[in-house]
Order: sequence, then C-alpha cells, then structure tokens
Amino acid sequence: MPESAAYGFRERAGRLVWPLLALALLLGLNAASAEVSFFRLTVRDGCLYGPAIDVLNRGAPLLLAALGMTLVIATGGVDLSVGAVLSIGGAAAAVLLAQHDAAAWVAALAALAVCLVAGLWNGAIIAFFGVQPIVATLVLMVAGRGIAQLMTAGQIVTFENPAFAALGTGYALGLPLPVWIALCAYLLTGLLVRRTALGLFVEAVGSNETASRYAGVNVRGVKLFVYALSGVCAGLAGLIAAADIKAADANNAGLYLELDAILAAVLGGAALTGGRFSLLGTLIGALFIQTMTTMILLRGVPVEPTLALKALIVLGVCLLQSEPLRRRLMFWRAAP
Amino acid sequence: MMARLFAGRLPLLATAVVCAALYVAAGLRYEGFVSQDVALNLLRDNSFLGLCALGETFVILAGGIDLSVGAMLGFTTILIATLIEQAGLHPALALPLALALGALFGAGQGSVIHFFKLPPFLVTLAGMFLLRGAGFMISLEAQTIRHPAYDALIDYSFDVFPLPIVIFLAGLAAALVLSDWTPFGRAVYALGGSESSARLMGLPIGRTKILVYTLSGLFAAAGGVVFTLYTQAGNPTAGAMLELDAIAAVVIGGTLLSGGIGHVFGTFLGVLTYGIIQMSIIFEGTLSSWWTRIAIGGLLVVFILLQRLIQRGNSE
Repeated sequence: MPESAAYGFRERAGRLVWPLLALALLLGLNAASAEVSFFRLTVRDGCLYGPAIDVLNRGAPLLLAALGMTLVIATGGVDLSVGAVLSIGGAAAAVLLAQHDAAAWVAALAALAVCLVAGLWNGAIIAFFGVQPIVATLVLMVAGRGIAQLMTAGQIVTFENPAFAALGTGYALGLPLPVWIALCAYLLTGLLVRRTALGLFVEAVGSNETASRYAGVNVRGVKLFVYALSGVCAGLAGLIAAADIKAADANNAGLYLELDAILAAVLGGAALTGGRFSLLGTLIGALFIQTMTTMILLRGVPVEPTLALKALIVLGVCLLQSEPLRRRLMFWRAAP
Repeated sequence: MMARLFAGRLPLLATAVVCAALYVAAGLRYEGFVSQDVALNLLRDNSFLGLCALGETFVILAGGIDLSVGAMLGFTTILIATLIEQAGLHPALALPLALALGALFGAGQGSVIHFFKLPPFLVTLAGMFLLRGAGFMISLEAQTIRHPAYDALIDYSFDVFPLPIVIFLAGLAAALVLSDWTPFGRAVYALGGSESSARLMGLPIGRTKILVYTLSGLFAAAGGVVFTLYTQAGNPTAGAMLELDAIAAVVIGGTLLSGGIGHVFGTFLGVLTYGIIQMSIIFEGTLSSWWTRIAIGGLLVVFILLQRLIQRGNSE
C-alpha cells in the first residue's frame, strides 16, 4: 500500500514537470529582460507589491474558474458557462449592495447561492437527462449574460461598500485578499478530493462511466457535485471581479474566461477525455497564462493579437497529447 | 421503418411548427410585422449568421463541432477591408482570396483533427484564438471600405433581394444539393451516425472529415464577405460569440449534436426562428435586447430535451 501510494505520487509529480518547466521558462524570460523588473517586490505598510504579486492578484478569478473546470474536465465533461456564471454572480452581489442596501456578507452569500443554483442546473441537465456537457452548458453560456443584464437592467451597477470591496482590493498578512481566497479554495478542494474517495470517484466517472456505475459509484451525484462546484467557483471569481472595480459589468465581466480556464486545466495535465486531473497542475497552468498576459501588458503590447500566441500554445499542448503523433515520434526515435 | 423515418424528421417538424407559430403570433401582435420589408430585413440581418450556421450544420452532422466560425467571419472582414484599402487590391481579387483562405484554414483544422485524432472542440477553439489574434494583428481598428466596385456590389440587388440575401439563399441551395444529392452528403450522415460503421462501409472518413471543416471555413468566410457588404467595413471584433448563435440555430433547426440526424433546411428554419425572436423584441419596443439571448437559451433547452426524448424513444 505505501509503495503504490508512492508510485501514485511519483506519477503525479512526473506529469507536473512539463507545466513547471514552461512556467520556469516564462519566469526566466522575465528575469532576463532588464527593462521590467518582474521579481522586484516592495513592502509598503506591511503589504507586498510588485509584478509577481500582481500576477497572483489579477489571476485569482482565473485560478478559481480553472479549479472548478478541472474537476468537470476530470469527469469527461466541460463547463462552457463559467464566464456567464461569473457575470451573474457579480451582478447579483452588486444589485443587492446598491439597490437593497444589503450587508456585504449577505450579498456575497446570496450571489454564491445563485451561482450554486446555476451550477446545479447544468449538472441536472447533464446527470439526469444525459445531455452532452458541451450542449448543456452552452445553454447558460448563451442565456447567462442575458440573465445578468436582466438583473442589472442593462446598466453597469456601481456600489459603495468598503467591506465588500475589500474582497477585491483588501490585504491580509501582506498578500492581497483574492490570492488568499484562491489559495484557500485550492487547499480545501485539494483536501476534499485527495483525502476522501471523492477524487477517485471523479476520475472513475471520467475513465469509464458505465464501469463506475456497476462498481457502485453514484455517477449522477458526482456529476451534480462537480458542476455545482464549478458554479460556486465561478461565483467566487465573480465576487472578486465585481469587488475589484466596485461595479458589475454584465457584458464584459469574465469574457472568454471559460476558454482560459479550459486551457489552464489542459496545460496542467488534465486530459479532455476525462479520467485524470491535477489541481497543482491547473494552478501552474493558470499562473502560466496569467504570467504571459501580465508580461505582455508590462511591455505595452496590445493584448488582442496575443490571442494567436495562446492558440499556438494550446495547439502545441494538444499535439503533445495526440496518440498518432506520439507513436510517430517514437517510431522515428526507434528507427536509427 | 416508417417510425424511424418519422422520428428522424420530428425535430425538423417541431422547428417548422415553432417558426411558423412565432411568425403568426408576432404578425397578430405587431402591426406591420407581416410585410415584405420586415421579411427582407429578417433575411438580410441574419444572412451572415445563416451562412455560418449552414457550414456548421455539416460539421455537426458529421459528429464534430466548429467553434472558429465567428472568429473566421471577423478575420475575413478585416482582411478584405485591409486588402482593398491598404494593399489597393481590386475586390474581384480580394474576395476570392479571402474565401480561399477561409477554406484553406478550415481544411487545416480538419486535417489536424483527422490526422492527430484530437478533439474537434479543442482544435477549433485554438483556431478561434488564432483567427481572432490574426485579425487583430492585421488591424486593431475597424476599417471602412470605399471602392467604386464595392459600392456597386452593395447597391446591387436581384429583383427586391439585396446581395447579402442572394448569397445566403445561394449558399442554402448549394448546401441542400451537397447534403441531399451527393455521395459527400451521404458520407457526412454516415460518419455522424457511426464512424466505425462508416469506415467498415468503405467510406472515405478522412476526406469527408477534412471536407466538412473546409466547407465550414468557406461558409464562414462567405459570411464575412456578406458582413462587409452589410456594414461596408471590416472589423476584427465582428462576429464575437457568433459561433454560439450559429450552433444554437443548428440545434433549434433540429440537428442532433451527437451527429448523423438533422437537415440543412432545418438550420435555415432555425436561423429564421432566431431572427423572428430578435425582430419581435425590437417591435415590442419596451423589451431590451438581452431578452433575445434568454429566449434563445430557453428554446435551446426545450429542443435539447426534445432531442433526448426522441433518442431514448429510438433506442428502446
């Protein structure tokens, strides 16, 4: 038993090598360029500031969305609605704060509850009606922003609530609060899936749904759980995004977030066919994406054309996962 | 056999009923809704969406998905505008060049999907990023097209039909012929029904797969051409989220996302349904445009669940 556990650990760690190398390469590139001091940290009033902290801070919504996405992908599904759910969460919190004078914790909990319902809706269509995840979550992806705009009546709703705004701009123990929220979410989820059998169930459903049903795994329950978790994670990201700008922008909050989240999970070693995942890998993948974005911003290059760069990275990672290509490479290596 | 045939046509029938009912309801509620002008606007406003959805239909029928159509449309518009305005190319050269590039890019995506056995979802997602990025590399700003030949194209109309509608309907006719009367069309249905059976039947799997994505790229590029005629400009952000609307139109049109079942004409009806909802919300006046998205989402749920019921009925 200890032996197999050690093997599992080594296997898992082995998969992290490539994402880690990529991140290290990116950070190395940053360190090498003298013009922007990427690692310069300054302490002001006991709080850390600097580009590296900024990556963590700005990346918090992506880190959270990618966390939920990883478990969804591990069951062989995909959640296209996280960007739309993020905007719903932000809109719900902002409307409660601005128009109903709700307390910060009431608004936050209510918004999370709304996002939980959104996640359960996705999970229910997939688990009980057997609809493919792409299609089922497409519904909320299409309608979600409409619902968010319905809440805000098409306006950008601004609010003044220092306690809530702290979620996005506050500091605790020298680090920004969004970073703590994301780290706590990873720790809690990590404990939940790796210290209980839940992670095993998730991977079992992703590897072979029929077999796991015969083995007594509650497939429907597992699916409901991962989509609900994804909804809550997107909601948390929405709270941070709204608190950051003290407003909810239903149109632009979390635009294309689902794509970055999927990319982070895939970069982190999750197979889109399901069956395996690594939360640590996803963390590294998300940091990689955010570092890239920040790096480009620091250099004053417009962000939009860099989408092409992202595309090439996705393609490269996909090709590395491709069976036929691997076989061909092995063949070449074996030939001479 | 009869039941099976009927089951296959049921979603198409449902779409036709929904589309007609919506049109009649809107006609009764809003004065002047049932008129030639409104009907022409309905077709014209949705011509580029319709072209993208037609191409998407083939991909989905073959059991795949293409997320790059919106980005392809945006890329094509800015490419055409820049070729004409900056490079001084004549539209007669720029338009075919843009169409050829669209087809070529689609073929590239299809090849990657086929030869490397990668999920279409991921490959076309990367394609979407790539095309958006490439569009922004050409120009970050929208670009107006001013060229005498282009103005002539914009002013051209066949009888009462302006050029965007003509291109849309021509695309529909071509798609109908391709899907119903060619070996390629039959191979698409077979491939979507069951890839292994199609292979055992000796159908050209690889060629069909690549051609399907080629077709989708070509139709999306044609959508881009229509978009430039419609707005007289190229814009790298054009067609944002259009892939969602296109997929929604295909599903509402009764094509199963699992592939193999559906019809090109259903997609046409799906696009019209989308257009009628949008137009009704404009006529209503007090409702905001985001109701369109909610209504489309609601229709999607209904059709997806309907499809599941039909599939379950078939398998039992």
